[in-house]
Amino acid sequence: MNARYLPYILILPVTLFLCVFFLYPFVLVAQQAFTTGSGFTFDNFREITSHWKFPISLTNTLLLAAAVVPVQLALALLMATMVSRMGKGRDLVLYIWTIPLGISDLAAELIWLAIFEQSGFLNTMMSGLGVIDKPVNFLSYEHPGVVFLAIALAEIWRATAIMLVILVAGIGLIPKEYYEAADVFGASKWKQFTRITLPMLRPSLQTALVLRVILAFEIFAVVAALGGTLFPVLMGETYTYQFDLLNSGAAAAMVLVILAISIGFTLIILRILRVPKGASI
Amino acid sequence: MTLFTKVIGAATGAALTCTAFAAQADVLFGSTQANPVEEQQEMREQVLSGFGSPVDYQSNDGGAWLTRLNAELQAGSGSIGALGALHGDFSAMNPDDLVDLTDLGLSSNSEKFNTLAKLGTDQMQYVPWMQASYIMAANKQALQYLPVGADIDALTYDQLIQWTANVQEATGEPKFGFPASPKGLKHRFFQGYLYPSYTNGVVRTFASDEAVVAWEKFRELWSHTNPGSTNFSFMQEQLLSGDAWIVFDHTSRLAQAFNDRPDDFVAFPAPAGPTGRGFMPVLAGIAIPRTAPDMDAAKALVTYLLKPETQIATLRATNFFPVIDVALPDDLPPSVKAAGAAVAKMSASADANPGLLPAGLGDKGGDFSRVYVDTFERIILAGQDIRTVLDDQKVVLDGIMKETGARCWAPDAPSEGACPVE
Repeated sequence: MNARYLPYILILPVTLFLCVFFLYPFVLVAQQAFTTGSGFTFDNFREITSHWKFPISLTNTLLLAAAVVPVQLALALLMATMVSRMGKGRDLVLYIWTIPLGISDLAAELIWLAIFEQSGFLNTMMSGLGVIDKPVNFLSYEHPGVVFLAIALAEIWRATAIMLVILVAGIGLIPKEYYEAADVFGASKWKQFTRITLPMLRPSLQTALVLRVILAFEIFAVVAALGGTLFPVLMGETYTYQFDLLNSGAAAAMVLVILAISIGFTLIILRILRVPKGASI
Repeated sequence: MTLFTKVIGAATGAALTCTAFAAQADVLFGSTQANPVEEQQEMREQVLSGFGSPVDYQSNDGGAWLTRLNAELQAGSGSIGALGALHGDFSAMNPDDLVDLTDLGLSSNSEKFNTLAKLGTDQMQYVPWMQASYIMAANKQALQYLPVGADIDALTYDQLIQWTANVQEATGEPKFGFPASPKGLKHRFFQGYLYPSYTNGVVRTFASDEAVVAWEKFRELWSHTNPGSTNFSFMQEQLLSGDAWIVFDHTSRLAQAFNDRPDDFVAFPAPAGPTGRGFMPVLAGIAIPRTAPDMDAAKALVTYLLKPETQIATLRATNFFPVIDVALPDDLPPSVKAAGAAVAKMSASADANPGLLPAGLGDKGGDFSRVYVDTFERIILAGQDIRTVLDDQKVVLDGIMKETGARCWAPDAPSEGACPVE
């Protein structure tokens, strides 16, 4: 076989798979979003954006991403640095930290629901300690702040591990010579972190952030389990359009809005964390 | 994420293929009703086991049910033999996708139901299968706090509010329970109970001054409502746990409380307002999609489900009442007795103001209900001004009525064309 064609032949199955199961459905969805039965139209978009809940769910989604992703980034960096300095037991710690990754997100949220519910662990514990004299309903419309906090907490617990895994791999790729040289010149550990680890970690940070931010905009199960309708988010509204209102056009439009936001943020992250041409590790 | 989705997709696909193969010989009965696991079990063991040949009973969420059905209809070939769903589910479908069942000669004992089952055509698109309603239930501990002079079988909304206030004062906790979670049936309370009782209408009177009063009253009731209600969908759970003492819900969503502890709870009619005691029925039907693999077997199943014995077995399994005239045996479960008595009192009350199910809305049934749910969320949960919200939502409701051209149904006065929002 001609060696020139080999790479193309090798990526052919994946390409075909993506075309059939991703590109084609995507084109159909896009088509659905721009039609209502009578040709090209923006009606679906007008419909979803004029609904009173749209601005609320958009703000909620952005706010949640803004609150969750930075915390996760900081945590993941901290955990990754800790893990990379470990000798014995490194694998064990890594396994334990990545357990949340192995749990389906809905199951994870049910665990958190069991904690925050009126008859949940937190209430039992607090009344056992005598902090409260009767169970408090944390997840009610009266405490929107607590609902937000619970969702953010659950999301941080569940999805930090995915960033951790990427960053641990990234840190492992940084050559030791840099640190040895830094030691020779007497750079402090913090300086080594900010001057060597962070810059060299750029490609991994890029990947981790892009992945997390996109997932943050798709947040659904957590909110459905903990907030119900108390905390509308874009993906939840999409579900409502598709399955409760049986309005696929509006649901498709909603999905495209989420896609647009995701692409926008991906481009921003790629731009900010770009690796200059020629520089590589 | 895409990889994850794909894996899930592949797994689902494989699972569906397996079920399709396994089910080929049996009639597949796809239903949106009798969804809780225990009811599914009862349906299989008590109701469908007597059919002669095996029936594969699969109960699903409305959305998943419709998605699969539509996929089969679009493909032009399917595995679902019979469909069991609410009137609203069927009216959202294209009548041509359902087989004409007129020649089976089956019908219910209610002309209104039989007319609804035609879905606006002149043939039976589905056969009425079973019915239910919404009632109130209370923990017997709450009875001592009933306002002086109040008759539990003829409560007014004011008395109900007073009662819930008394309970709250005595126990220190709001003990009224309302199914306000996303899966709860709150919209039916507004459409079939609150609006008819205060405005003698549902659509025409949506933004009337009487409607403002109704929402003010509901806001008052809400102040004595367990704030956790936004997570409640089956009020039997809160009755049993004691989180709520007085509740409103679908009869089959209260059944477990009566069956588990029959001596602890009472069922009673919904309260009355200035324009009567509004209430509405729930109607489920059976239909056959045009893609049914074995038409004769499916029709035989429909006929079987309408037999008196099957109807009584269904009542035991699902707490949905027969739609044909049958003599009910004496050994029915406590939930059926309690609910049956409450519904009977409700319909027989002097001020009864029965409503009908929304008709002619087609696939806009979800949007129609959403208007009421949105109004609830804005007025009650977000605390917005009642008049402003009603005027706002009125535009949406009017748009839906104009688009579908649906005529008014009881208790609204009949209309010539689309039901107007006044």
